[in-house]
Amino acid sequence: MTELQQLTIEQAAARLAAKEISAVELTRAVLERIHATEPSLSSFITVTDDIALAQAAAADQRRAGGESGPLLGIPVGIKDIILTQGIRTTAGSKILGNFIAPYDATVTRKLLDAGAVCVGKLNCDEFAMGSSTENSAYQVTRNPWDRERVPGGSSGGSASAVAGQQCLGTLGTDTGGSIRQPAACCGIVGIKPTYGRVSRYGVIAYASSLDQVGPMARTVTGCAHMLGVIAGHDPRDSTSVNRSVPTYAAGLDGSVRGLRIGIPREYFVEGMDPQVEEAVRAAVRVFEQLGAQVTQVSLPHTEYAIPAYYLIATAEASSNLARYDGIKYGLREAESAGLLAMYQRTRAAGFGTEVKRRIMLGTYALSAGYYDAYYVKAQKVRTLIRRDFEQVFFAQDVIMTPTAPTTAFRIGEKTADPLQMYLSDIFTISINLAGVPGLSLPCGFDVAGLPIGLQIVGRPFEEERVFQAAYAYEQATEWHKRAVPDL
Amino acid sequence: MTSYEPVIGLEVHAELLTESKVFCGCSAKFGAPPNQNTCPVCLAMPGSLPVLNRRAVEFALRAGLAVRCEIALQSRWARKNYFYPDLPKGYQISQYELPICVGGVIDIETDAGPKAVRLTRIHMEEDTGKNIHDAHGDASLVDFNRCGVPLLEIVSEPEIRSAAEAGAYLRKLRAILQYLEICDGNMEEGSFRCDANVSIRKRGATEFGTKVEIKNMNSFRNVERAIEYELSRQAQVLDEGGRLVQETRLWDPDREVTRPMRSKEFAHDYRYFPEPDLLTLAVTDDWIAAVRQVLPELPDARRQRFVTQYGLPAYDAEVLTMRKDVADYYEEAVRRYRNPKALSNWVMGDVLRIIKERKLDAALVIHDWPVAPERLAALVELIDAGEISGKIAKSVFEEMVNTGKTPVDIVAEQGLTQISDDTAIITAIDQVLAANPSKVSEYRAGKDKLFGFFVGQVMKETQGKANPQKLNELLKGKLSA
Amino acid sequence: MALSRDEVRHIGLLARLELSAAEEAAFTEQLGHILEHFEKLGALDVAGVEPTSHVVDMTAAYRDDVVTNPPAPEVLRSNAPARDENFFKVPKIIE
Repeated sequence: MTELQQLTIEQAAARLAAKEISAVELTRAVLERIHATEPSLSSFITVTDDIALAQAAAADQRRAGGESGPLLGIPVGIKDIILTQGIRTTAGSKILGNFIAPYDATVTRKLLDAGAVCVGKLNCDEFAMGSSTENSAYQVTRNPWDRERVPGGSSGGSASAVAGQQCLGTLGTDTGGSIRQPAACCGIVGIKPTYGRVSRYGVIAYASSLDQVGPMARTVTGCAHMLGVIAGHDPRDSTSVNRSVPTYAAGLDGSVRGLRIGIPREYFVEGMDPQVEEAVRAAVRVFEQLGAQVTQVSLPHTEYAIPAYYLIATAEASSNLARYDGIKYGLREAESAGLLAMYQRTRAAGFGTEVKRRIMLGTYALSAGYYDAYYVKAQKVRTLIRRDFEQVFFAQDVIMTPTAPTTAFRIGEKTADPLQMYLSDIFTISINLAGVPGLSLPCGFDVAGLPIGLQIVGRPFEEERVFQAAYAYEQATEWHKRAVPDL
Repeated sequence: MTSYEPVIGLEVHAELLTESKVFCGCSAKFGAPPNQNTCPVCLAMPGSLPVLNRRAVEFALRAGLAVRCEIALQSRWARKNYFYPDLPKGYQISQYELPICVGGVIDIETDAGPKAVRLTRIHMEEDTGKNIHDAHGDASLVDFNRCGVPLLEIVSEPEIRSAAEAGAYLRKLRAILQYLEICDGNMEEGSFRCDANVSIRKRGATEFGTKVEIKNMNSFRNVERAIEYELSRQAQVLDEGGRLVQETRLWDPDREVTRPMRSKEFAHDYRYFPEPDLLTLAVTDDWIAAVRQVLPELPDARRQRFVTQYGLPAYDAEVLTMRKDVADYYEEAVRRYRNPKALSNWVMGDVLRIIKERKLDAALVIHDWPVAPERLAALVELIDAGEISGKIAKSVFEEMVNTGKTPVDIVAEQGLTQISDDTAIITAIDQVLAANPSKVSEYRAGKDKLFGFFVGQVMKETQGKANPQKLNELLKGKLSA
Repeated sequence: MALSRDEVRHIGLLARLELSAAEEAAFTEQLGHILEHFEKLGALDVAGVEPTSHVVDMTAAYRDDVVTNPPAPEVLRSNAPARDENFFKVPKIIE
């Protein structure tokens, strides 16, 4: 007998539609599970029990009034970098420790309008900067598959909450892999949509030209439902694209016959875990068996992606984080010591080490005398990386790679050397630089029982095709049915 | 100072008269209670994003076309990064490498004749908030109402050669922006601000001297005085063998000196980079053509036309066209009654006097004229018809201003109609001459100045209503008889 | 390429981050190490390549010039660390 919190989004939606369960019952089960498992996982910065139950009751009312929809009454969690009106929103940082969001992000509003139930705000690396969620100023989130290990980052809480069955779906954000890599670490599905597909209004900015919001869930169908709700043009976001939103979950029929898959040689490198390589290659063979056509391709500028990303992202971040100055909101320190001291000490006290490091790096990359050599150069490399993808996409429909070079590492294992942490983003980062959509779903487990992720990358705005490929693989395998150990 | 050549460039920031701010839907109107015209975007809340106001771009196009700039079909937004309490994002959205307008020219009149001052560029940016000093003295207060109001930054080439030229340039630029109805040009309220870059070099030299930026000049006169002061300060430093420091100085209007800014110990590194939240600003040829189509007649063209069409002296044309609303008023009056010179005198004199007294010229467009143009025209028409004298007309004018009545009504009600009837005037003259026999003798004996006395007496006799020309004619006749 | 401690201090000032001596030392080393790794960008020939500032192939989105925001509600000031009625209060600014 499946417990309610173990349901996938689509299973829960079906039961709700059939009036077998109510949203309130479902939400109660989820909240119970959250409180029972939080001591083990620490996924949530804020749990919003009362709000959630009220929203659930409202969802039941709406259903009684004849409404329906894939997310009506579905309990979801939201990464704490996305604003939720009236609810504390911290970005995982002390500098926003007391910040109550005065407005909803567009994606929050869309979820709520669709009747989703917000059960809480999820832990993340501070200002989305990190690959393990260890940079959160609040707590360390643990990987439900092995609690001595990281859930990935920066959307670690969003991933562990789904994997740990603490809610049915979550929203994360992805700037250099922060949805896909934690999805891989935690054995779930996560998608970073095409840049501009989903509104960034109300999403605390890390790197404006790279950030995107995306859903995380236990199945491809669940993600597809969620993306269908949050995607779309937003007049409040000048970078959001005016393009109709397909019903992503419709037309998932498992057919990949004739799909042309490119496997880039640069993504099978020394230093990656051989079990990861093996699982991904095995997954590719499954696609071949299903009738897809696989070709080895090249993305020749891959090795330049990390420096390009870390220069562009940190430059934008150094500017985006300048607003945290102790004047309009957030932490303030040392105000009796004068204005300059107030700025410097507020920001020193409010930001963690990794955030400071990236602000410093970004400030340097933009500073007089270095702008051309670093920032502009990185932007040109970005052009070359985009072109690499365009080239491959002439003859290939999708690109497939491992999501990460290793499975989830131990808590504390990579914190000594920041560069080591940066290098683990190698497979996800180019996708953000190119602005194309990328999805991760489980394609196996290593001998320690840790999940391995397969990344599927598509052409701009071809999320449907990406979902289709992912669905076909999912349905042909059983990885998504494996549950985490007891917590 | 005469051995040095002044090299002056001016940077003007003009606030645009849009209804809403440049990147959000808050009101851009001046004067609201503190922090009322704010929202998550202009308060730089986490997660907020800018969206561009189309009308602000339209206004920029008007300005660029009016001063003959080249319009960039594609221009870019940039972030200018620095920390200051009135800058909530910690950066200002501006334009850097690719501004919307490049080049351009402003024509001015100098003592040596007309001069074309070239512009470097015009770009768009957002205004900052306002810092106010707290009564307690240990804190400052910040009001973000102004934050996000659209600005045009208009940069001249360093071709201005004197404080007077600077004043002429600013007056001309302001008039143009007012004619375009995109800026109200109010320096005191801060909707038209000027910074000056001042340096000097030996006459004949081609290299530039050390440049000093002067800020905090809040009127045209202050700009001129500040520049004059700075030019002589710099000359003095060099004459004494010293070196000038490249710095920013503030004009102190009370002590009438420029002094270095205390807070500029840290040189700014603005770290400009392309604004990722806003896409390329693309302007089409069609849009440009549409804006060009509806450009109003600009100040210089109108001034010229007033000279040729109405036969006005250059001075009159200049005064009447300094403001578009005054020029419009004048032309409406002339349309009603064709005496351009007389109407020019009345407008330049009495009408503008009252406008200034009542500070009605603070508005971009004057609406509450003390006297409607058609009524002014009617007044002049009465004078020309000989109905009233010029002198009486002055008091009729005052009455019109105070009561709002028409000149015809006032003249009728007060019985001010000029006496032009010869008989009546002769009667009055006869009475005056009869009453002053000795003076008549003195006059006939050669004391010509007494003529004025007789004129005065006849006027008194006729309650000022005697037609002056008739009076003169008839009086002369009687006295020489 | 090594970063000097002075440069790190200067960047800290530009970024308004007060750094302890230990942080200065650590950042000097770490940032230097990271930048060294990024040197490989120097080798890449990018002649004639345009920089990408946006990955969206569109030009500017516009709003109409209409006031759509009501007078700011209290909630927009309620997070302020220091206030004087409706003003935001900061330590005195010296010109």
